[in-house]
Amino acid sequence: MRLTEHPVLRFERGREVIIYFEGQPIKAYEDETIAAALHANGIRVLNYSANEKRPRGLFCAIGKCSSCLMVVNGIPNVRTCITLVEDGMTIERQRGKAELPKDVKPPEWKDAKVVKADIVIIGGGPAGLMAAIHAADAGAKIVLLDENPMLGGQLVKQTHKFFGKREQFAGVRGVEIARILEDEVRKRENVEVFLETSAVGIFQDGDEKLVLAVKNNRELIEFRGRAVIVATGAMEKMIPFENNDLPGIYGAGAIQTLMNTYGVKPGDKVLIVGAGNVGLILAYQLIQAGVEVKAIVEAMPKVGGYFVHAAKVRRLGVPILTRHTILRAEGRERVEKAIVAQLDENWNVIPGTEKVFEVDVIALAVGLRPSIELLHQVGCQIKYIRELSGHVAVRDEWMETTVRGIFVAGDSAGIEEATTAMLEGKIAGIAAALRLGIADESWVKEIEKAQRDLDEFRSGPFGRHVMEGVKKALVVRE
Amino acid sequence: MSEIPEYLRTGYITPEELQKFIPLPSEERLRKRPVAIPECPQEIPCAPCREICPTGAISMPTPNDLPIVDYDKCIGCSLCVQICPGLAFFMMHYVGDKARITMPHELLPVPERGEEVVLLNRVGEPVGKGKVLTVVPRERSKGDTPIITVEVPIELAWEVRAVKVVRE
Repeated sequence: MRLTEHPVLRFERGREVIIYFEGQPIKAYEDETIAAALHANGIRVLNYSANEKRPRGLFCAIGKCSSCLMVVNGIPNVRTCITLVEDGMTIERQRGKAELPKDVKPPEWKDAKVVKADIVIIGGGPAGLMAAIHAADAGAKIVLLDENPMLGGQLVKQTHKFFGKREQFAGVRGVEIARILEDEVRKRENVEVFLETSAVGIFQDGDEKLVLAVKNNRELIEFRGRAVIVATGAMEKMIPFENNDLPGIYGAGAIQTLMNTYGVKPGDKVLIVGAGNVGLILAYQLIQAGVEVKAIVEAMPKVGGYFVHAAKVRRLGVPILTRHTILRAEGRERVEKAIVAQLDENWNVIPGTEKVFEVDVIALAVGLRPSIELLHQVGCQIKYIRELSGHVAVRDEWMETTVRGIFVAGDSAGIEEATTAMLEGKIAGIAAALRLGIADESWVKEIEKAQRDLDEFRSGPFGRHVMEGVKKALVVRE
Repeated sequence: MSEIPEYLRTGYITPEELQKFIPLPSEERLRKRPVAIPECPQEIPCAPCREICPTGAISMPTPNDLPIVDYDKCIGCSLCVQICPGLAFFMMHYVGDKARITMPHELLPVPERGEEVVLLNRVGEPVGKGKVLTVVPRERSKGDTPIITVEVPIELAWEVRAVKVVRE
């Protein structure tokens, strides 16, 4: 079901088109993804697993996992969560490993288009956009690529107002920040943007860095620059419980994408797992979209996110069950029930405390991990740092990794906030321009200001553990 | 782990617990004119309330400090209620046997002036009915958040923190 009214958002839908799902015509709108269009029409099973033939649906909705793969116009393994609908498109559920079509000519190396710049930025979220803006202002020629059909990264679904200081957009909604940053990037002539373009590898080629990418699932492009900034964000975590692969169990971010970016109601009754900021904010957003939130369960003995976010949903009647966990989901081709239970002080389930929630959606808001695949592949030193929520690239204070010319910023450098991602992006962008000899030394002051702002933001109890993590991630150059 | 404050176990705070973190205005002050009260007991990196306050009534040495309102300096302008990203600021004013509470309302429908609404406490339970006295729509709000002022029986002043609009 599509949302028409919303207290915060206005949905502008493109031209109406018809797509064919397993032969049936379905109404969709240009500028929406295949997965969003299918959900709007009540279709949640997108494929069946290879071995047990279990139904699978959307999970991350931002192109980071494989749970939405479908056969589109005869081509298998299409990530339908980031692929836009086109008039007349044929879409079929994928059943296990689908065979590649034999009559399609794959792109060849010599055909690849070459795009050159000083700095190649991978990822158009808060970190990548800020990196582009500042590196461009420092005089560098930038190419920015993102595999999603729009710029803004996860800001485009953040309807809540940001915290921090007003010069860092505090009091402004994330969706609005995305618009502001996109406008800034678009008005700079020395930034070229490529959307629906997935970077698949980074290589050193003489003095140049080569970023190989695929546009629109079919066109190979070589991006060449002297520095690369990796701002690829993060990936939603999953937790183990029975039937955790049933359609209707989404990462929290996927629900935000469906509901806030595409205006598609994810379901009617929701259980949220995780009372960190993401889970709490999601609960509030669901209520704003007219969806009932049955409860938030949290294994920790306390609310992990900001108290004010918890207070917001409690006063609208949502219970928060601390020291509770999800035991299993039930349902055939979709979630019908969620079974939760209380935990004792040793994290063991207390028998007899099971509660059954009749829900059609289970949202997992159990944390994120940095997306470091490209950094790993190009040979950056990687370290596991718990405080940064996973494996991250070792870097210096200017966000340069152990591979010269490769910088990192935002969640791919460690899970934090969009505010800190923007500051890190600014640092990485200016630093790259400085190290390439493009920016003059006056820009060092701008880096120092951003570093002070970061320190201030991280100085409270919520930032302190991140600060510890950042220290562990630092390499000191001789 | 034994030091977890109650408000973090449950997700809501009682006025008694709030008072341990934030001094609350006196009855005399509440009678004088509207006054802003932050329900913000936790050190989070956030400062728009201090930055927007026209009289400098909110003290917060660093963005991670708690907002402490000088209730004598507060002129009841409601800008902090409008801007607060946590929707944690409220305004209160005692008038006769009623209390007027100003609060954010980011849900549909937005109530109309004069409309009777269901009053909700901090855990979302209906506790009575109240009348909406004023509405600042989103377009005129400094922080893109509609705010409303509701008149409630004075004994519910420290309970009501949200409203539900029920229309036939």
